[in-house]
Amino acid sequence: MAVLTLAPGYESQIEYRDAEKNFHGNRLVYVHWEQHLAFCSAIAFPLPPAMPFGAFVEAVVKPHYAAHPDAEKIDWTQVVWMIDGEKKVPDFSKSLEENGLRHKSLVRFWTPGLGGYKGSAS
Amino acid sequence: MAQIASLTLYHNDDARPIIEAILADNPGVRVMNLPGCVKLDSDGPLVINRASVEERLGRTWDPQEMHLVIISMAGHLDEDDDQFTVSWRH
Amino acid sequence: MTAKKLGLKQRYAHMTRGLDWETTYQPMDKVFPYDQFEGIKIKDWSAWEDPFRLTMDAYWKFQAEKERKLYAVLDAFAQNNGQASVSDGRYINTLKLFLTGVSPLEYQAHRGFAFTGRHLRGAGPRVAAQMQSLDELRHVQTQIHTISQYNKYFDGLSEFPHMHDRVWYLSVPKSFFDDARAAGPFEFMIAIGFAFEYVLTNLLFVPFMSGAAYNGDMSTVTFGFSAQSDESRHMTLGIEVIKFLLEQHPDNLPIVQKWVDKWFWRGFRVLGLVAMMMDYMLPKKVMSWKEAWEIYFTEGGGSLFQDLARYGIKVPKYADVATEAAEHISHQNWAVFYQYTHAAGFHTWMPDREHLDWLSEKYPNTFDKYYRPRWEMWAQAEKEGKRFYNMALPQLCQVCQIPMAYTEPGDPTTICFRETQFKGETYHFCSDGCKDIFDDEPEKYAQSWLPVHQIFQGNCGGPTVPDVLNWYRMNNGADNMDYAGSPDEKLWNEWHAKAAEAAG
Repeated sequence: MAVLTLAPGYESQIEYRDAEKNFHGNRLVYVHWEQHLAFCSAIAFPLPPAMPFGAFVEAVVKPHYAAHPDAEKIDWTQVVWMIDGEKKVPDFSKSLEENGLRHKSLVRFWTPGLGGYKGSAS
Repeated sequence: MAQIASLTLYHNDDARPIIEAILADNPGVRVMNLPGCVKLDSDGPLVINRASVEERLGRTWDPQEMHLVIISMAGHLDEDDDQFTVSWRH
Repeated sequence: MTAKKLGLKQRYAHMTRGLDWETTYQPMDKVFPYDQFEGIKIKDWSAWEDPFRLTMDAYWKFQAEKERKLYAVLDAFAQNNGQASVSDGRYINTLKLFLTGVSPLEYQAHRGFAFTGRHLRGAGPRVAAQMQSLDELRHVQTQIHTISQYNKYFDGLSEFPHMHDRVWYLSVPKSFFDDARAAGPFEFMIAIGFAFEYVLTNLLFVPFMSGAAYNGDMSTVTFGFSAQSDESRHMTLGIEVIKFLLEQHPDNLPIVQKWVDKWFWRGFRVLGLVAMMMDYMLPKKVMSWKEAWEIYFTEGGGSLFQDLARYGIKVPKYADVATEAAEHISHQNWAVFYQYTHAAGFHTWMPDREHLDWLSEKYPNTFDKYYRPRWEMWAQAEKEGKRFYNMALPQLCQVCQIPMAYTEPGDPTTICFRETQFKGETYHFCSDGCKDIFDDEPEKYAQSWLPVHQIFQGNCGGPTVPDVLNWYRMNNGADNMDYAGSPDEKLWNEWHAKAAEAAG
């Protein structure tokens, strides 16, 4: 649908506020640990696209979820990953970009056998 | 589902004669007391008659004085010099 | 022969009609450039009806009387140190959220109705919009004035306008009004006059203000009900707008329905903050959010939409989703603020045993199953000295700007993720309601100022939490964090120790 506007040429003046170029060489990545809603929502990070997936897991994902009692029980070899709606097996030695992460990609992961505090998904 | 006409008024001395007049003139009104206010619900119209309020108040009363005691309402309003009515009927 | 006294309806007609004229130096379309581009068709502006026949002289008379009553209460409250007699020191946190999140919206409403009053070419709606604009200015002034008494003693209140413009969760109410004010005048009237004032503000001003009374805050309940008495007028304006537009032209129906759907959903999301205030922040509770939703939306809104059916207006899209969510949102929102307490301008706490039992009773379908375990886990962590914080920034919804904390309809264990592609970029949403709003006007919402992204772009004072708090003018260690251990708590306990000592 066309933009409903009084000002001619409005569309040419739009500032797309969260374009990748505004993040100083990083791109936005959202991560969410499923069935662990103590973390109220997915969490956001600006990350270099060349960062290896393994480094992302070690330096970003693990420390930010460490406060949950289930965190130390995670078997990272069994984790089920979903990137932008598709189940994937990420290559930990390859970069975020090579693993298909774009600007504002969403990474969801499931930890089989761990259903949150007393199985409540918390 | 019933369409409920409703008025919420202050629970104070200014509003009390109006609440009494409503209860007297509109049989079947349901009363919900909340801290500081009272909600009056009716399946039919809710009518406030100037004469009934004046009888209780002991002085002349202008239906526009409703502005001083009303908190909320539901329904269409019809207001003139003699009455103030909230209803869903047309 | 003496002239017969005019009746109210005639007096009103004389004082509000025939005040306008057809311009001659400039064409009318240039004088009123905003009232056509939205596609709304008006054939006869004079068909506008005001149910409250309030002329300007009567308006001043009644408003002055309301102010006298309000200020008598405020004086008495200050003279008697009313701030020390509220139910509990925690209560003040509702006022912090109100002053930073809601009062600035009253000012926005003042501006918005002033604009609308200027730009609609019919005299009837212009008079009504002008009065509402004045009311809204009165509301923001009386709210600031009332709460200033608390600001003498408690943290978190002093920088409210600055915070409203910057703080992450305050972008939720701020962007709501920015969205309405960036629309045309008819959409603004439907957004604020109809969807917000008529359908939703009862939920804010009636049970919450009644809650203020119940918690001993005589001054807040008085400004709240005093404002709400104006709202009754605004509600009739809201319903009049919708009737007027629908009676003017059949082409207006789909446009109006779209706005009703959009602004119902936007308002529902914003009011989630009130849900949390009612269920978690009022120490003494009047009713649960779910009960308030049943009274004011299911029952009140049900009557309204049954009435509007004769014009072809349907119950807002996703009203069923909102009703199901009434079982969840207060808990989900409190969880957000509890884990981000370090970046909140008010204090948080875990509910005590009595409060937990009240929640179980009020939310028998959801609380024990989904939320009680979460609170128990966090209370346990507190006991072990490992209070739970989320040290990353949350993903936000592109439209409502709330952290994406809401769950799938029908599945409270899984976050609801929605996304859309627009000009090669991905946009994320918390719900189908927010996604639909974006998809209808992507050019507008692609410009959203999302606080989390702005922090990452380096526009919010620096990269660390203290940098950002400083930029918010949030006093780290006083305004934020848990109530337990706060300066507010210390002050409250001192007052009450003295009172106990004096009582022997």
